[in-house]
Amino acid sequence: MAVLVTKNSNIIVQGFTGKEGSFHAGQMIEYGTNVVGGVTPGKGGQEHLGKPVFNTVSEAVNKVGADTTIIFVPPRFAADAIMEAAEAGIKVIITITEGIPVQDMVKVNAYLKNFDCRMVGPNCPGVMTPGEAKVGIMPGFIHNPGRIGIVSRSGTLTYEAVDQVTKAGMGQSTCIGIGGDPIVGTSTKEAVELLMNDPETDGIVMIGEIGGGMEAEAANWIKANGTKPVVGFIAGQTAPKGRTMGHAGAIIGGADDTAEAKMKIMEACGIHVVKSPADIGETMRKALEN
Amino acid sequence: MNLHEYQGKELLKSYGVAIQEGYVANTVEEAVEAYNKIEAESGTSVAVVKAQIHAGGRGKGGGVKLVKNGDQLKETAGEILGMMLKTPQTPGGMDGEGKLVSKILIAEDAYRPDFDACKEFYVSILMDRERKCNVIIYSTEGGMDIEAVAEETPHLVHKEYVDPTLGLQGFQTRKVAFNLGLSGKAFKEMTKFIAKLYAAFVGSDASLFEINPCLKSANDDIIAVDCKVTLDDNALFRHPDLAAKRDTSEEDPTEVEAKSYGLNYVNLDGNVGCMVNGAGLAMATMDIIKLSGGEPANFLDVGGTADAARVEQAFRIILKDPKVKAILINIFGGIVRCDRVAQGVVDAYRNMGNIQVPIIVRLQGTNADIAKTIIDESGLAVHSAILLKEAADIVSKVLAEA
Repeated sequence: MAVLVTKNSNIIVQGFTGKEGSFHAGQMIEYGTNVVGGVTPGKGGQEHLGKPVFNTVSEAVNKVGADTTIIFVPPRFAADAIMEAAEAGIKVIITITEGIPVQDMVKVNAYLKNFDCRMVGPNCPGVMTPGEAKVGIMPGFIHNPGRIGIVSRSGTLTYEAVDQVTKAGMGQSTCIGIGGDPIVGTSTKEAVELLMNDPETDGIVMIGEIGGGMEAEAANWIKANGTKPVVGFIAGQTAPKGRTMGHAGAIIGGADDTAEAKMKIMEACGIHVVKSPADIGETMRKALEN
Repeated sequence: MNLHEYQGKELLKSYGVAIQEGYVANTVEEAVEAYNKIEAESGTSVAVVKAQIHAGGRGKGGGVKLVKNGDQLKETAGEILGMMLKTPQTPGGMDGEGKLVSKILIAEDAYRPDFDACKEFYVSILMDRERKCNVIIYSTEGGMDIEAVAEETPHLVHKEYVDPTLGLQGFQTRKVAFNLGLSGKAFKEMTKFIAKLYAAFVGSDASLFEINPCLKSANDDIIAVDCKVTLDDNALFRHPDLAAKRDTSEEDPTEVEAKSYGLNYVNLDGNVGCMVNGAGLAMATMDIIKLSGGEPANFLDVGGTADAARVEQAFRIILKDPKVKAILINIFGGIVRCDRVAQGVVDAYRNMGNIQVPIIVRLQGTNADIAKTIIDESGLAVHSAILLKEAADIVSKVLAEA
């Protein structure tokens, strides 16, 4: 039954009528995702891409039973949009927006603790359950329904992993792009835990990068609770210290932040660590055979 | 975005944080003027000359000096202005080229009149990624390298976590002052200092404040003698006044140029340039280069639109680096169509005419096959690949032949 998003999710798009929102909502609908409407304050009552537009998230929850949202709202209004979704009772909030101020996310993260919801992102490609729901900006056609779960902080590097898994003759249960910011709603460990508990997932690909302690936390959790093979890769083995590598969260602060340190911990925790990102698919195929 | 010390102090002062007062100068004449003001305000002829560059450890390279009179000031200002200052944090460290000093701060000597009655502390504020909240880190061991203090005497480094919704509480500022061993007037001043400093941190959307040293003066005032301030680039839209303080002369000129084209570029030391869409894949591509026997010459994320104009700008940026012996282009086309990127590469190549280094193009995703045909039939000396592994093998081969 996959995790986070399925064919039964009732999905709305916040920032529905904007350029980004329109384009990607169109792609999602084309893929067959159950988009039930969208929210753009001030444009309520209109129709867009054949779906109703609402002024508020509450209205979308009440009128079309929305339980999942994808947010394309620009950075300066994104924190507000996330909080609105949580307050309205949305259960899964997927934030694509890149460039949200960190102090906004500090507040949002604290606010979300008051609600029974899960946020994925921000600064992420979204969540994909192949054949059921594409809730993000990833290219649909590289995916193939299957039993490998993928967790990643990156966009195109996730697509690379997906593509390799598909080309190695397997498919994906759910791909979770957790995002490249310093504060994200769902950590690597939480995403891995969701997939570990999913009966339709047989193996997990975990892709991390320099900066922060999320991969080490996930690795230690896997060591204690893991029941499925995990293949891991850390991007940024050649990144210099103290420089932000594109993603706001990808910066080496201390010794534990480096790719080398993370790979060492992951290996010690029983994860199949690959040095080359070209080896992700094959390594997973072999791990499943054993 | 980093601020100079004098800019950071302006920011702190605007929030009522007590600072070591001073005036910035671009020339020796301005330095004399600044010195005269400081002399009049402080009632002493002793002052400090501080080089303004974006790097710590300035004192170690001779960038911070005490002067006792006007003649010394003139001489010292002349020495420091225009010098290539080497510190452990400038590129290449103490053996590197150093950084050009084009501004100095003429500041009061905050340790007067009784040096022995002063006490130096360490105070910093930053966002704790694990706890997802701001944290105040402080220590009695001021004026030293805090990483070394944390390593050798971890019990002397304290942390105070701040609730994101409630903000900093009174008991927390008192705890800081008590843990620093203060009493009487200095205790009160420290609680005020911490409260105002935290307000400045949140108010300016900073990602780092480091006050080292934070001084208890002879008459029990608490003063920021130095400050390192880093602001959140993503929040600069809220602070146009702070955004205007950006000093691009402190940044790598190629990186500044790349930024103006919307390219995310970081200059590195290696011999293989790369051009990639997406930050994670860009880092992974650098790793592939290393595993193929090369060293990455840069990080470059072209973003979501890899058209001919952008590819050409990226080429020009990469080729500015004479160390580059080959270029690996790695694009995973999702929304971006590979055939368009391929056409962009071919057009850019033709426009530029004379590219001397081998180019390896790996295009995967939407229309990858058409893209490979476009590259292969262009007649240009460009190697094409679809799988990442193939691209890595070509990089190895090209480097072996070079």
